[in-house]
Amino acid sequence: MHDTNKDMAEQVIRMSGVNPRKCMKCGKCSGTCPAYDEMEYHPHQFVAMVEKGRIEELMASKSLYKCLSCFACVERCPRNVEPAKLVEAVRLLVIRQQGKNYLKAEDLPALLDEKIPQQALVSAMRKYSK
Amino acid sequence: MQRIGVFVCWCGSNIAATVDVAAVAEAMKNEPGVVYTTDYQYMCSEGGQSRIKQAIKDYNLTGIVVCSCSPRMHEATFRKTAVAAGLNPYMVEIANIREHCSWIHKDKEEATEKAVILARTAVAKLMLNAPLTSGTSPVIKRALVIGGGIAGIQTALDIADAGYEVDIVEKRPTIGGRMAQLDKTFPTLDCAACILTPKMVDAASNEKITLYTYSEVESVKGFVGNFSAKIRKKARFVDATKCTGCAVCTEKCPSRKAKNEFNMGLNNRGAIYIPFAQAIPNVATIDPEYCIHAKTGKCGICQKNCSAGAIDFDQKDEIIEREYGAIVMATGFQPIKLDNFEEFGYAQYPDVVTSLEFERLMNAAGPTKGTLLRPSDLSHPKTLVFVQCVGSRCSADAKDGKPYCSKICCMYTAKHAMLVREKYPDTDVHVFYIDVRTPGKNFDEFQRRAVEQYGVDYIKGMVGKVTKKGDKLMVQGSDLLNNEQITIAADMVILATAIEPDPSAKQIASLLTASIDTNNWMTEAHAKLRPVESPTAGVFLSGVCQGPKDVPETVAQASAAASKVIGLLSKDHMVTNPCVAQSNELLCNGCTTCEKVCPYGAIEYKDKPIVGPGVPRGTIRRVAEVNPAICQGCGACTVACPSGAMDLKGFTNRQIMAEVDAICK
Ligand SMILES: Cc1cc2nc3c(=O)[nH]c(=O)nc-3n(C[C@H](O)[C@H](O)[C@H](O)COP(=O)(O)OP(=O)(O)OC[C@H]3O[C@@H](n4cnc5c(N)ncnc54)[C@H](O)[C@@H]3O)c2cc1C
Ligand code: SF4
Ligand code: SF4
Ligand code: SF4
Ligand code: SF4
Repeated sequence: MHDTNKDMAEQVIRMSGVNPRKCMKCGKCSGTCPAYDEMEYHPHQFVAMVEKGRIEELMASKSLYKCLSCFACVERCPRNVEPAKLVEAVRLLVIRQQGKNYLKAEDLPALLDEKIPQQALVSAMRKYSK
Repeated sequence: MQRIGVFVCWCGSNIAATVDVAAVAEAMKNEPGVVYTTDYQYMCSEGGQSRIKQAIKDYNLTGIVVCSCSPRMHEATFRKTAVAAGLNPYMVEIANIREHCSWIHKDKEEATEKAVILARTAVAKLMLNAPLTSGTSPVIKRALVIGGGIAGIQTALDIADAGYEVDIVEKRPTIGGRMAQLDKTFPTLDCAACILTPKMVDAASNEKITLYTYSEVESVKGFVGNFSAKIRKKARFVDATKCTGCAVCTEKCPSRKAKNEFNMGLNNRGAIYIPFAQAIPNVATIDPEYCIHAKTGKCGICQKNCSAGAIDFDQKDEIIEREYGAIVMATGFQPIKLDNFEEFGYAQYPDVVTSLEFERLMNAAGPTKGTLLRPSDLSHPKTLVFVQCVGSRCSADAKDGKPYCSKICCMYTAKHAMLVREKYPDTDVHVFYIDVRTPGKNFDEFQRRAVEQYGVDYIKGMVGKVTKKGDKLMVQGSDLLNNEQITIAADMVILATAIEPDPSAKQIASLLTASIDTNNWMTEAHAKLRPVESPTAGVFLSGVCQGPKDVPETVAQASAAASKVIGLLSKDHMVTNPCVAQSNELLCNGCTTCEKVCPYGAIEYKDKPIVGPGVPRGTIRRVAEVNPAICQGCGACTVACPSGAMDLKGFTNRQIMAEVDAICK
């Protein structure tokens, strides 16, 4: 494992409180995930890739912004692994970097649509930018 | 004055790698009473034992301390060694410097220091040991088997075969257990009834076996060789000696609300019922919960229709008291409740069933007479999805489910899949699996047959949710090997549901003071070396009550348990443990505290003449007396006694205090 990747994996594990070793590779999380088809890496792969230290690949993936944070994977996992918390931790690793906000305030006007409740925009800001 | 020898074992490198054994032996030389010390590679070996014997003779030892593994491992060995050299077996003390020391410490210096303390403690205790003599108690040559599934039946048949009387107590109206509900059985696919019912008949007709069906064990007292049990034979409201099993009453009974438990609640039965055609005994039972007569005093249709005049609404429960030398637990299992696994829709959709329900749906004697029809609309299902590991293998901190593998479901799912494809070649059968676990003779071959010959589609992955669309069940899950999330439109979903011990096991275990683990499976005396005995002497384990198993394993274990019972019953007397409690009548004030804490009922109060310094002549006082045949030496009374009158032989208060002092020195 590459050293910086290893450090980052440790950081993700610390931030999320998830122990990827608890995963028994059953795939129930990915069997339940409503955003599965949108995601390049699926919830069980997040767990496996964090375990293997493949953080940079995860950080570069759009999957981070496709996860709905619905926590279905967390709810269903028989081993209580909580994959969504890993998705969140990797996303935080990205957006906490300088200039890596995924959603900027100036992007908002373009997104405005009367069908989108204001609350959704507020939580999107919270989720996608520091 | 004692002359003590101390023998320090290396246990190969188990102890010697972490404890400086020579230093321990050297340190013990200076302890009061010690006249000889040595260390040796394997004290328990022939060579080690002969060293001990030689030293006892050469140095005229009155007692020995062996610093070695746990007394559970080799106390008996070293006691035998001592006896062979002419010592009393209770003049042996073990200092556990392996499990309590070398195995749990890393630092050699610290471990050595602790080993010295443990050795010194054993010496301090031994200084106060006195020779003890075992008594004997007779063995009652009759066994009690609790649970009449295939495990209990097999155990009873084997015990009876050896010539001993054995009673089976079964809480349901018939013996047979879960196996009676199964259709065909892996790995050979013979019909369960065809191989089980002859055994049930054998048990019923064997003159050494007495069946108490529809009965429960209410209390158990006593100890190995000498148990006494109270059995409640519940009223069936049918005279079993008159009932011919014609089943006319069961058809005529107008009360039809009771769920048929034999068919896993897939249909209803009458208030008067016979669980299945081959039930043993083949007599009807009235369920007072649903009987109109029991509720309102009216009806009585069964009585009017019974040509044998067997219906007896006034029948009462009967209590039977019997004595036994040995007790066998064979209480089996049940599938877990799936209420909290909403994702599978079990409670919502009738076509989502458990595997045991599926057995009934495939069974010629089941609610659909063996034609596979789905429960919702009795149509023939074309697409079937099986899901393995439902509720099994969940981590202990998960919100529900069991942490263990239920062991039988991979195999019975392969069986179900194969049977469906065999009987209905027009079906599509999919199996979601996490792992396929099929160790066992001819087991993996069996599962491969399902895939290769019967074309069952095994999908590596788990189902995430089941929803309904029209008359289809939409099964969404992951196909990990194809990196896909898939949805199968199915007609039926079959959940390989985790199994758990019968809910009564916990209470029965506490009646027997036998131990159970965190999942309520019965605990063995030794996981590897004594797998069919409970740690409580005289209690044996048969079948699934000890942990998940299939029929071949259950039967093997049942016969093993029987052979242990036969070994016990073949003895005329048991040697009793002399380490029992004893009350000092001069100190006892008859407060009855000890009687209340004794779990074995070994303490009685008797008026006794008390003779002693300062006691007026002719004093008679009510004092505690321990029955040494019943006392198990647990010591509960010795700590409860407010006057300090109770003491445990071999573990007296003085000995314990000497140990504490030695540790604190
Ligand atoms: C769906 C399914 C399919 C299976 N298919 C197969 C197969 O194809 N091949 C195979 O080898 N195995 C199969 N098995 C496993 C098989 O059912 C068990 O191995 C077997 O039934 C175990 O027998 P047992 O006597 O230990 O327990 P049980 O069959 O559970 O019998 C226990 C008995 O004890 C009674 N009892 C419980 N508590 C008390 C009490 N307190 N007092 C008195 N009586 C009590 C119960 O009423 C019951 O009659 C299958 C299991 C399931 C769930
Ligand atoms: S559901 Fe849990 S155990 Fe199963 S693959 Fe996902 S994270 Fe691992
Ligand atoms: S929380 Fe994200 S990864 Fe988990 S199931 Fe929901 S969308 Fe999928
Ligand atoms: S008396 Fe009870 S058991 Fe008999 S037929 Fe009526 S309801 Fe059924
Ligand atoms: S036997 Fe197979 S299906 Fe059953 S819990 Fe174990 S792995 Fe899962």
